[in-house]
Amino acid sequence: MSRPYETREHDVLVVGAGGAGLRAAIEALARGASVGVVCKSLLGKAHTVMAEGGIAAAMANVDPADDWRAHFRDTMRGGKFLNNWRMAQIHAQEAPDRVRELEQWGALFDRTADGDILQRAFGGHTFKRLCHVGDRTGLEMIRTLQDRGVQMGFHVYMECAVTKLLTDGDRVCGAVGYWREQGRFVVFRAKSVVLATGGIGKAWKITSNSWEYTGDGMALAFDAGAELVDMEFVQFHPTGMVWPPGVQGLLVTEAVRGEGGVLRNRLGERFMERYDPEKLDLSTRDVVARAIYTEVREGRGTEHGGAFLDISQKPAEYVKRKLPSMYHQFLELADVDITKGPMEVGPTCHYMMGGVRVDAETAETSVPGLYAAGEVAAGLHGANRLGGNSLSDLLVFGRRAGLAAAERAGRTGPGAFDERQIDEATAEMLAFFERPDGESPYAVHRDLTETMQSLVGIFRNRDDLESGLAKIREFRDRWDRIRVEGSRLFNPGWHLARDLKAMLTVSEAVARSALRREESRGAHSRTDFARSDPTWGKKNIVVKRVGGAMELSERPVPEPPPDLKTILEAP
Amino acid sequence: MKEAVLRVFRGTADGGELVEYRVPVAPGMVVLDALHHIQGYLAPDLAVRWNCKAGKCGSCSAEVNGRPRLTCKTRMDSLPADRPIVVTPMKAFPVLRDLVTDVSWNYEVNRKIPPFSPRAGTDWKMSQADVDRVQEFRKCIECFLCQNVCHVLRDHGKKREFGGPRFFVRVAALEMHPLDGLSRTKLLKEELGLGYCNITKCCTEVCPEDIHITDNAIIPLKERVIDDFYDPLAKLLRKVFGRKRT
Repeated sequence: MSRPYETREHDVLVVGAGGAGLRAAIEALARGASVGVVCKSLLGKAHTVMAEGGIAAAMANVDPADDWRAHFRDTMRGGKFLNNWRMAQIHAQEAPDRVRELEQWGALFDRTADGDILQRAFGGHTFKRLCHVGDRTGLEMIRTLQDRGVQMGFHVYMECAVTKLLTDGDRVCGAVGYWREQGRFVVFRAKSVVLATGGIGKAWKITSNSWEYTGDGMALAFDAGAELVDMEFVQFHPTGMVWPPGVQGLLVTEAVRGEGGVLRNRLGERFMERYDPEKLDLSTRDVVARAIYTEVREGRGTEHGGAFLDISQKPAEYVKRKLPSMYHQFLELADVDITKGPMEVGPTCHYMMGGVRVDAETAETSVPGLYAAGEVAAGLHGANRLGGNSLSDLLVFGRRAGLAAAERAGRTGPGAFDERQIDEATAEMLAFFERPDGESPYAVHRDLTETMQSLVGIFRNRDDLESGLAKIREFRDRWDRIRVEGSRLFNPGWHLARDLKAMLTVSEAVARSALRREESRGAHSRTDFARSDPTWGKKNIVVKRVGGAMELSERPVPEPPPDLKTILEAP
Repeated sequence: MKEAVLRVFRGTADGGELVEYRVPVAPGMVVLDALHHIQGYLAPDLAVRWNCKAGKCGSCSAEVNGRPRLTCKTRMDSLPADRPIVVTPMKAFPVLRDLVTDVSWNYEVNRKIPPFSPRAGTDWKMSQADVDRVQEFRKCIECFLCQNVCHVLRDHGKKREFGGPRFFVRVAALEMHPLDGLSRTKLLKEELGLGYCNITKCCTEVCPEDIHITDNAIIPLKERVIDDFYDPLAKLLRKVFGRKRT
């Protein structure tokens, strides 16, 4: 049965309007393509606005010794050498130009005394490298890109969600979606599609991520036959708020430590001295998150189960100028004045290192015509991402994806798809309303987040992961019985029911990859395999749909050429 | 556990009513938490726009007990406990459903504003002192509460003639950018209707980012318009020296 839908046509369709999506759209426009951008929220609200600390780029404005080689080395070391070396190289080499470009489009970064872009220290970066705007760098970036795109003339389809990619043989040629507002269906025909949908944090209970972060792009790509990689590597940011309950998980920027903030346990000990005596509070995120978790588990946590983070030794005016959002966030939501006393912080699910496997040069996935950039893609960060490397990732690979997608659109025709694909997608969406009774999507989602938090969290073991997978299978059965109340008009329960499907697919990929990797590396910590295993250090785990089922395989990590190896071996 | 009573607008552009919900109160809870509780347990189809729940994205604007607020930053314990908390959609924009309004008009206004246009030959050096002033405006999270409360829009509905405080802030950020070389005073006067603003400062009062919209953006822009259109001497001097004020 055919259901009514409207059709839009573009050379390049970008799914997602955060930093990567907007940068991809700008580049594709600059190459003369007609570009449509689809986003689940209003333009300018994407998760990028929440990025606080800064953009990592070896501009050497503050530390003249910095250069791309040092940035490349830090990124690879932070990622425990599971990174795609070519992506890490391109990223380190191109990030400074991408930052300058933002400035030329109107972004206003904090300045050095010489009038250049100011850079701050961050975990795992050897030099002061993060270009920033107080602690609201992401907002500056998204506003700049948004204004640029609007001026260049992209079409933005706001509050629209994509539920399925359309394929012609093995290539992607469009997408099916629905308007969140009216609930009507829409079909996008496009010669190339760029996924820039971000991560999957909403599958965990304690998270810094918004409702949008439901793994959409990873699930869309997986369903279309693309490969996912490194799915076991989920970053828990060491410092989220822990109190009061309503703000649990809300991000406390690493810039607090970058500006001199110190972590202490209930006994007043600087416990990082025991976990990383050299880098202390500015160790990499995986190390600091595990340290706080361990302090709490061993009884040295704060009243509400966290650690103290203290910046009050710095002058109050300095704190307010460099960390204004943090100052207001704690004052207004937790009744804590951070210029006078410590914050209480604990780990929060923050970022997905894994995602869609892409080509380093073009950001093309293993499915022709489908590109992925930003958090939805994988490779740059390996087993652990350094703070500040995400915003630069969005710009560097967003641009490359937009460029390649536009070039492809210039040399291919529009694909043809059969109507059955659209019928299937719309039938699936309407089934939620047609069941006479069933469960609320909110109940299934609550249980999923509890499971991922307790069984697929910071520390993992075989038993937990196996029971987690069994639960995910139960949730799938429950998903089949979900019933949505009300109409199609702006119905959040309906939207969640759809997003849950993506979360279940991605959660399964995470749990299965975590079970497969029998070692501890970066953000993946197995209590039953506590050490790093050099054999596993040479392998990425790839997840792919084969004949309707999820299959895992191991793939050798690409070896860097000798000149880059020399850089990596430097002290 | 303590309980709060919320009366939430349920309905569409064609009308609706306040529906009462009882919600358990936890320490530090905000109004958006209460709305999420309603969605999760009582009314899964309650339409609410939100994203970050951290005061950074400006999505969850509504009116709480008649005051325009970000619901993610409105603490339950800041509201009177002895009467129901009334949550209604922003009044200046058409209701789509429940608390969600159609704010697309704002995006149309934004498109009229010429972008940042760097002066030729700039060396991209800027001092922090010059940047500070503009960074205040760049803090704007586009929650549109200032637009919602501005009487020119809220009471007089002058959406065709008037840009509203949000876009005066945006123009101020461009005009005062240390390296921008364009003048937007004609746009302010003729298309954005700056003259309609009679500086009642309602916008400044509701700004969750504490931007001094009236004092730091609107009044300096009004002065520029006066200089350009009503002060022939200033105009002549600028023509002779060709220098843009910063």
